[in-house]
Order: sequence, then C-alpha cells, then structure tokens
Amino acid sequence: MSWVNAGLQGMLLGGQYALIACGLSLAFGVMRIVNLAHGDLAVCGAYLGLVLSSVLGVPVWVTLPLLLPAAFAVGMGLQVVLFGRALRHGVLAPVLVTFGLSVMIENLLQVAATSDPRGLNGGALTLASFRITGGITVSWLFLTGFLTACAVLSCLQLLLSRTSWGRNVRATADDLDTARLVGIRVRPVFASVAGIAVATAALAGVFIGTIGTFDPQAGTNTLIFAFEAVVIGGIGSLWGTLVGGVALGITQVVVGEVNQAYAVLAVHLLFLAVLTVRPGGLFTSHQSAAQVRGVRGQGVLG
Amino acid sequence: MSAPLLEVADLDVYYGDFQALFAVSMSVLRGGATALVGANGAGKTTLLRTIAGAQPAASGGVRYDGSDITAAPPHRRIARGIALVPEGRKLFPSLTVEENIQVGAAAAASDAWPLDRIYGAFPMIARRRRQRAFTLSGGEQQAVAIARALASGPSLLLLDEISLGLAPLVVGELYETLAGLRSAGATLVIVEQDLRRAMDTCDHLVCLLEGRVALSAPVSGVSRDEVVAAYFGEGRS
Repeated sequence: MSWVNAGLQGMLLGGQYALIACGLSLAFGVMRIVNLAHGDLAVCGAYLGLVLSSVLGVPVWVTLPLLLPAAFAVGMGLQVVLFGRALRHGVLAPVLVTFGLSVMIENLLQVAATSDPRGLNGGALTLASFRITGGITVSWLFLTGFLTACAVLSCLQLLLSRTSWGRNVRATADDLDTARLVGIRVRPVFASVAGIAVATAALAGVFIGTIGTFDPQAGTNTLIFAFEAVVIGGIGSLWGTLVGGVALGITQVVVGEVNQAYAVLAVHLLFLAVLTVRPGGLFTSHQSAAQVRGVRGQGVLG
Repeated sequence: MSAPLLEVADLDVYYGDFQALFAVSMSVLRGGATALVGANGAGKTTLLRTIAGAQPAASGGVRYDGSDITAAPPHRRIARGIALVPEGRKLFPSLTVEENIQVGAAAAASDAWPLDRIYGAFPMIARRRRQRAFTLSGGEQQAVAIARALASGPSLLLLDEISLGLAPLVVGELYETLAGLRSAGATLVIVEQDLRRAMDTCDHLVCLLEGRVALSAPVSGVSRDEVVAAYFGEGRS
C-alpha cells in the first residue's frame, strides 16, 4: 500500500513542477527565450505573498487577486524593457541577460530578506487532510496544488486553441517573420506571454512557499526541476509538461520511499535518460515537429 | 484614376552590408496590374517585402494612396490596404486552414472578404477548413496563402511567385481567381517567372536586373524580345 501512496503523493508533487514549468515552456515556445531567472521570479512571488499576507494579516490565498496581476505586470515589463531588447541581439544575449537577472534577484532578496528560510501562511488548508483508505492520506494542500496546476494548464490550452489571442500566439511561435508580415503585432503578443509566464511562476512560488520553505537561493533548484519537466514532456507541449512534472514527482517520492538520499539524484537520472533516448521529449508538439522538418525555411532574396 | 495608388521612389535596401536594391522607382495605378520580372536574386522579393514593410528602406520612399508609409510597420500598412502573399506561401503549420485565414484579418483594412466570401472564391479549401495547413497540396496551400492576404480586405495585393512548384492546371485556376479579383477593383503587383503568363495578366511590366530597374513599360508597348534583353541585361556595356 505504501507504494500506491508514494505514487499518489508523487503525482500530486509533480503538479507543482508542472505549474512552475508551464511558463518556462510557453516563453520558450513563443519567444525562443530560456528564462534562467524563471525560478527566481517564482521565489519573488513567494516573498511578495509573504509581505502581502503579513501586512494584511490574511492567509496567502486571499492576496492572490493582488499578487497575480502584479506578477503579470512585472512579466510584461521585463519583456518590454529587458527580454525584447536582448532577443534582438542574437541567441547568447537572452541567456546572459536572464542569468544576470537571476543573480541580481538572488542577491537583492538576500539583502532585503536575509537567508532565513520562510514559510507562507496557508490558513486552515495547510494541515488539513482526508483519508482515502487505511494507508493513504491526502493533504488538501497538495491536492489543491495539483488541481490548480491542471486548471491553469487547461485554461492556457483553451486560451491558445480557442481565442484570437491564442491564434496569434501560435502563429507567432510558428514563424515570427511571417506573423509580422500578415499584420500580427508581435510585441503585445510577447508581452502578454511573458506576463502569463511570470504570473504562473508566482502562483507556483506561493504553493512552494506554503507546502515547504523557501529562501533567496531557492530559485536555482526550482528552475532545474522546471527545466527538466519541460524537456521530459517535450518543448512546446503543455500537457507534455504536466506529464513531465508528474514523472519527476513520482520518481522522487517512490525512490525516496526506498532511500531518501537518492530521491533527487533519481530525478536527474530520469531526465538524463529521457534526454538520451528521446531528445525531443515524450510529447513533441506539431510545431516543433514542423520545425525539425524545416518548414520555417526562408528565402529572403528574390 | 490619375494619381498612382503606389509610388516607390529611389529605394535603396540593404541586407547588412549587401545592397539588394539600387534607387528603384516604380508606380502602380489604381486598378492596374503590374508584373515584376527578373532573374533570381534581382531583388523582386526584396521590393515586395519593402513595400509590405518587412524590410526597412535605407533611403528613398514608399507612398501609398497619397501618404508616405516608408517608416510604417507592416500592421499599419495592412490596415491601409496593402497585403502580401509571400514567396513559398509561409503558412503557419500548426494552425488549421481556417485559422491561417483568420490570422490574416488581425489588422484588417476592411471586412470586404469575410470567410464565406473567401470560401466562395476558393471552394477547394472550404472542404479542408479544419485541416492543418501543412497537410494540403501545394495548390491548396497557395490558395490558403492568397485567402489569408484577402482576409485583410486589401486594395493592393502583392503576389510573390504564386505559381512556384505548381502544376500548370492549378496555376491557371489561381490566375483565373486573380482576374476575378482585379475586375472586383483590386490593384495587383505580381512576381512571376513565366513571362508569357505575366504579360497576359498584367498591363504594366517592370523588369529588375541586379537590384536596378532595367525596364519599365506598358505591356502593350513592349515586345517579348525587349523584355528578355532587359531580363538578361543584354545591350548594356
């Protein structure tokens, strides 16, 4: 029974990884930017939640209507001021810029908040749980986190597939040059995608901070897990990201059941194995498959 | 009718250090059809992309419908009524046929071409509206590319090598559609490798040679031999 329990807990944990990873996946799919500060932005979300919930004296969930729009605005601002400019200067510039941002955020948090580990006030949800059968108890907090991840991914999928905004995002992801040419205003598309990426990261940060603790350096580890979830699932596939996150979570908890010391190592080995056997990820999306086939070929001189 | 719809004057365009266009000038009358011919690398695609706003002009200007649009971004030009059907079709592979067409209406100049009118003009793609664009045949994909441009309700349609890689029968059908568009009032600029088809379809001809205008004349006043001479640069020192 403990194995079933471990699998279930791992799946719920994997939802967290998917929630943090979906913004990374979206930003890469649309803007071709690997945001190395993504994990740190999630940690910033946790700190912002900490400040808001202690100032207002409420559980962190109540602050989400303030926190998420603020994170969305920060994402749009970063895209307009930093990432958009960096993207115009080749492939290396965004890597350097986001790495620099990551270092800056970690050090500023260190100065402002010290390196003491913190936790968020999750209210009654933090300790509540329910029992399915004798050996299996599910934490409401973990379940809420998993269901939130599924809801966020579903909403994103619906927005992308059913709205004119989503159509423009997918067209831009397919072919930036042609998207401009047919009249899509690419800058607002990029800004909104970056806003969503940072807002989902902040939401994930709130769950990370409620389930466990966080400190100014937590972003790096968060980024690695998110990155592995994206690669395992296949870049550009949102549901693949969920599967990738769940695979990481189950591996971590099931191996941890045997020996806690090897839990995180096993996660990285799984990532390495998938990368070796299926470099494109388990669920390679249509657009990346099309890119592999060279549909994006260009002929500018006529 | 007297003022041209599009005027290109002394246009210089560069790709980095490489100059693709040298002082290119041409004008297109409202309701007219201009054939743009020339060898590979002569600058035809560059000229169309500069008119559409995808390529910046280093010097010179583009005037459209009485105002200077040299610095306007593509979406502003589309909103004014300029639409480009790019070389190689450039459909969005992960979008369906209908979504590809809808994307074309993102910055539409007018709603003169709603979906049902487009499907009426291109019955072969109406059946495939829910399919992903890359699953279609070459001719169908080209029809979708033209439909995507039409969705913006253009007054000036720029068509870049729409017959590339297509069977003659399919090309014939596409050109029949173009003739229909023209009689409905559209102004066309067509890049076409098939000289006879270009001269049959258009009333004005511009031949580019190594980034310069080698010949610009009404089709009725120019012989095929003169065009061929301009095409290959014969008779020049």
